[in-house]
Amino acid sequence: MKIGDNDWNLAPFGQHVWRGRMETGQLLALARAVKEAGGQLVALWGSDDRHLAPDTQAQPAPLASRERGGFSIHVALLTGSGLAWASCALPADAPAYPDLAHIFPQADRMQRATFDLLGIRATDAVDDRKWLRHGAWPADVFPLRKDFDPGRPPTRDTDAYPFIRVEGEGVHEIPVGPIHAGTIEPGHFRFSIIGERVLRLEARLGYTHKGTEKRFEGMDLDTGAKLAGRVSGDSHVAYAWAYCMAVERAAGSGVPERAAWLRALFLEIERVANHLGDLGYLGNDVALSFGFMQFWRLKEDWLRLSAKLFGHRYLFDRIVPGGVAVDIGDAGRAELAAEADRIEAEVRSLKAIYDEHATLQDRFANTGIVKPELAARLGLTGLAGRASAQAWDARAQFPQAPYDQLDVGMATHRRGDVLARAEVRFAEIHESLRLIREMLKRLPAGAIRAPLAPAAAVCEGLGWVEGWRGEVVVAVRIGADGRLDRVHPHDPSWQNWPLLEVGVLGNIVPDFPLINKSFNLSYSGQDL
Amino acid sequence: MATHLILQKIFKTGIVSEPAPVADPALRTREQALHAEILKVFGQAVAIRHVDAGSCNGCELEIHAINGPHYNIEGMGVKFVASPRHADVLLVTGPVSRNLEVALRRTYDATPEPKWVIAMGDCGCSGGMFGESYASCGKVSNVIPVDVEVPGCPPSPTALLQGILAAVSAGGSVSGA
Repeated sequence: MKIGDNDWNLAPFGQHVWRGRMETGQLLALARAVKEAGGQLVALWGSDDRHLAPDTQAQPAPLASRERGGFSIHVALLTGSGLAWASCALPADAPAYPDLAHIFPQADRMQRATFDLLGIRATDAVDDRKWLRHGAWPADVFPLRKDFDPGRPPTRDTDAYPFIRVEGEGVHEIPVGPIHAGTIEPGHFRFSIIGERVLRLEARLGYTHKGTEKRFEGMDLDTGAKLAGRVSGDSHVAYAWAYCMAVERAAGSGVPERAAWLRALFLEIERVANHLGDLGYLGNDVALSFGFMQFWRLKEDWLRLSAKLFGHRYLFDRIVPGGVAVDIGDAGRAELAAEADRIEAEVRSLKAIYDEHATLQDRFANTGIVKPELAARLGLTGLAGRASAQAWDARAQFPQAPYDQLDVGMATHRRGDVLARAEVRFAEIHESLRLIREMLKRLPAGAIRAPLAPAAAVCEGLGWVEGWRGEVVVAVRIGADGRLDRVHPHDPSWQNWPLLEVGVLGNIVPDFPLINKSFNLSYSGQDL
Repeated sequence: MATHLILQKIFKTGIVSEPAPVADPALRTREQALHAEILKVFGQAVAIRHVDAGSCNGCELEIHAINGPHYNIEGMGVKFVASPRHADVLLVTGPVSRNLEVALRRTYDATPEPKWVIAMGDCGCSGGMFGESYASCGKVSNVIPVDVEVPGCPPSPTALLQGILAAVSAGGSVSGA
């Protein structure tokens, strides 16, 4: 794979994905080349490979013998030709790799989490504070190591965390959370303010860390799909699909054409449901409860139809390794298409009201701005990224079946404020409804599930799906026993949480809930 | 003109709220002393504080849903409040992560007596897919006393409402709801 002037040791690994192993020095050079070419770092994670026999670890490129039996650091880099998954073998003693956060700032928290969970250190990183570890396990214990003792009693250490303090006359702090006033997930926000203006916001997350990655270890592949779907419940379809894509890639199996189309249908249904809910809450947060009630009426109708047609309001467990668990008949197709038409008309009439509503426009416009240059520098991604002119959408640029036959239109904006993030949601609802109608019309006939080829040796796969919030990446390694050995699910919230801190700067504290809702990031997805 | 459009939309939409479901006392796991006496004081109005103790956010989707127009919970006397100090009921979701264990206990302690705790979802009732581990305490009742358990992944809005009504209906009989 060529990036910049160099040809990198990366081989095709499924559609639009490249894979290779390299030395750590080369990884640094690769990261620089990707950055220079306008790419981004999407994910960074580690793995404990000490239990793997040297020959089984050698997929796809052989390792130098001195590196056998250690750890690995993995990165997924977004480039003009797809996603590059590069890995470096690290020694068993004091595993370390060069800091990547000085090239891609979004790597910072991923590197800190990788240390907390695996003890793999980023050398020369500016920020080496803990991230996912609070007080439940000591600093010298690493839960994702294979020799971690699950029976060891949890510690109750005091959870001291050095926030960066802003000092000066008139500056004071507002600590918020972890338990918030609304029905949202837990996290801690430390505001440093002067008057009502935010001088600095620092988030402390990890409160919902529930050991998801450890839980995958030793699981059978079908159960793993269920757990993957529960990494972040609002993105169930995206995670379940990305996981299944990874498992199917690892096993070298395909899925029936109809199953691929149904998966995409589910993904667009999930996108519409979430966007409807967010547009309602955005209205609510500027005291337009009419907007909340109207959008949540539509969302409820939409969810009920999913329950009626597919047996679950949020389509939980409808995507399974090898295909999907539920089909749609002719009557269901007609009903869903008719509902898509109705929702579309209703959303248009509500959009007209949002456009006309002076208070709403006043609160939305120029609030929580992330300018395109900053978004590019810090790696803002997904829906929020597209609202700040970061034109990446895997469905449009790197389409997997069936998106390669649907010509997905990408919604982008340059303003980078709350209004832009609302506008992108409106545009994406219409595009998703178009895709849903199109897919219902052209749905190919045939089976909906094919058996997975049983894996005889250690194998790896990667799945990449454009969920409603942004790209969801799941990397999977299956052991020789056919059970999951290592699963890393990556949520786009990893990249976007730090940008929320930037977007809120200079705004007034009462606008924080609105700005926060316009990003609507996942806590559970990044806390794991 | 937005006001004109809003009024037009409201009249065109009409009322979508549905009748309340009945309480499901089978979801109750614990009878508190003086339950019936307390209810005489409470009447049927109840203030709920939601606590996400480590959920995947699936259950939160349904808590949002019952606040929508189909369910009309405020018409049933059910209101979500911003502080445990204002609450009669704690609605707890998720397996309790160890990173939130202390915060959950403090929230429980901050809720004035008499109080009820509803554990929502498979994770809250049993630990669900996450179970107990180095990072998870498992079910809610491993950390604080629980009165009503509403299983499901996530439980439907109707099931959730049946559980809420079970918590605050007269001890042992549905008729008090």
